[in-house]
Amino acid sequence: MSTIIQCKDLTKRFGEFKAVDGISFDVSAGEIFGFLGANGAGKTTAMRILCGLSYPTSGEARVAGFDVYKQQEHIKQHIGYMSQKFSLYDHLTVLENIEFYGGVYGVSRAEIKRRSDVLVERLDLGDNAKKLVASIPLGWKQKLAFSVAIFHRPKIVFLDEPTGGVDPITRRNFWEMIYQAASEGITVFVTTHYMDEAEYCDRISIMVDGRIEALDSPSQLKSRFNADSMDEVFHRLARAAQRGSD
Amino acid sequence: MKQFLSFVRKEFYHVFRDKRTLLLLFGLPVVQILIFGYALNSDVKNIGITVLDNAHDVPSQQIMNRIGQSEYFIVREPAADYNDVQSIFKEGRVKCAVVFGPSFGEELYRSGKAQVQIITDASDPNNAKIAFGYLTALIGRYQQEMNVGSAMPYVISTETRMLYNEEQNGSLNFIPGVIALIFMIVCAALTSVSVVREKELGTMEVLLVSPFRPVMVLISKAVPYLLLSLINFVVILTMSYYLLDVVVRGSMLLLLSESILYIITCLSLGLLISNVTTSQQAAMLISMMAMMLPTVLLTGFMFPLENMPLPFQVISHALPSRYYYIIVKAVMLKGLGFGAVWKETLILAGMSVFLLTVALKRFKVRLA
Repeated sequence: MSTIIQCKDLTKRFGEFKAVDGISFDVSAGEIFGFLGANGAGKTTAMRILCGLSYPTSGEARVAGFDVYKQQEHIKQHIGYMSQKFSLYDHLTVLENIEFYGGVYGVSRAEIKRRSDVLVERLDLGDNAKKLVASIPLGWKQKLAFSVAIFHRPKIVFLDEPTGGVDPITRRNFWEMIYQAASEGITVFVTTHYMDEAEYCDRISIMVDGRIEALDSPSQLKSRFNADSMDEVFHRLARAAQRGSD
Repeated sequence: MKQFLSFVRKEFYHVFRDKRTLLLLFGLPVVQILIFGYALNSDVKNIGITVLDNAHDVPSQQIMNRIGQSEYFIVREPAADYNDVQSIFKEGRVKCAVVFGPSFGEELYRSGKAQVQIITDASDPNNAKIAFGYLTALIGRYQQEMNVGSAMPYVISTETRMLYNEEQNGSLNFIPGVIALIFMIVCAALTSVSVVREKELGTMEVLLVSPFRPVMVLISKAVPYLLLSLINFVVILTMSYYLLDVVVRGSMLLLLSESILYIITCLSLGLLISNVTTSQQAAMLISMMAMMLPTVLLTGFMFPLENMPLPFQVISHALPSRYYYIIVKAVMLKGLGFGAVWKETLILAGMSVFLLTVALKRFKVRLA
């Protein structure tokens, strides 16, 4: 498999504070990569660099083959992003939201029409497609936000704690969508607080105090730390943290 | 371009589906015009007046008749004596009183000189002065008419012309100010709130991750409000023409271009505000307190700037509305051309460039 995200000694300083402290890892195309860490461990900062929102202080990183220093605009063309807030417009209908994001990514009008028909079908939205987003249930919003994030067929989708505040069954359904996207060849880079979700990932990295302390598949990690669950692995690593959560 | 259009269309959905925004956008101008045009009329009419006539002779009666016929005064019941005058004042039914001495007519005929006392309620000094002015003028005219035919060699009478506003239409002064105020509110407040709302919702983050350039995000935010403000501009001019008899004397094209410039200044200000705030309330508060109040107080359309203490005059020079107000007055009321307002235009243009540059710079800094 080809490498789609490459990081080498990636560092971000804010004054004396090293938010991200020399992390190195590779993500393969089509992989579901879990990016774990307690609050304040540096996940968000690292993710912002990879999304082209912020420049690293030192180190190297390439996303979809593009350099994070010089080719941010190219990176943005090839990634999708979904934040924990779902980022849909309440005053717009479902279809208008799709049209808007499709338009922002430069998808042609005819293609938007074609893909949104498929999407409405797949999500079983029916008449809800013409309703304001404000009026549809949270679970649907979340699925919709994810669908919108991959609407322009990116190579990588970044999910920043996508399942916050959602019940376990909806979360489970949501992960089925993630698998579906991965099977279509989209690389999924996901941060989460839920350790049961970590088990669904192909590989996970665990960040503590700005450094990656562990990186492997869930089963390998469990056997290495001699633990029954990812929860235990995480707690053992996170206990050593010097930084308080913020 | 296509991205840009998608964005602008989305902004219009926001405006037209949010009742509060809509109300602020189109309700405010109508209400402001009505308030400033009708309610806040600075003309003083229908002043309550009482008369204490101790003379009961022909001249005093004639003067009283004239007061009664004047549209400025409403004559209440006459006072019986001084104490009565006092108590009528205290009841608040009159704002001024005229007192004739017992031998008013007699003295007038015998010596050619007589005194009449005017008492005004100076708890409102401006109105008191105006009432006093009306009464003096009225008595003066009576005196002149008495002298017609008789030998009265030297009389200097003044003839006053109120240039640019011969009918003394009070609305003329307000309309330019109201236009300046409305653009300030609509552009600065609504733009800043709409940018900050996206920050609050988290959609801004998604937009920044998209290939849509940050500069374009700001521009697409501003363009819809520019268009809507132009609609407002037409509404205000139409209303002031039909309801308040305010006519644009100068070039409409010049007025429109100057207005677009001012709108751009206000929009830049709104964008700057949105950069320094993170909540919609804060953005609203800053727009209202920092923009609206100074615009009302220090632009010169409510209170004359010349009489203000120096610090306020200095502050007023930093307000875009001050210059726009001067421009609109010159073009709209005096019918002057670009030659008369180029300096103000230049200042506004400079302000726009400055504000916009700072806004864009700051917006980028947030990303680094």
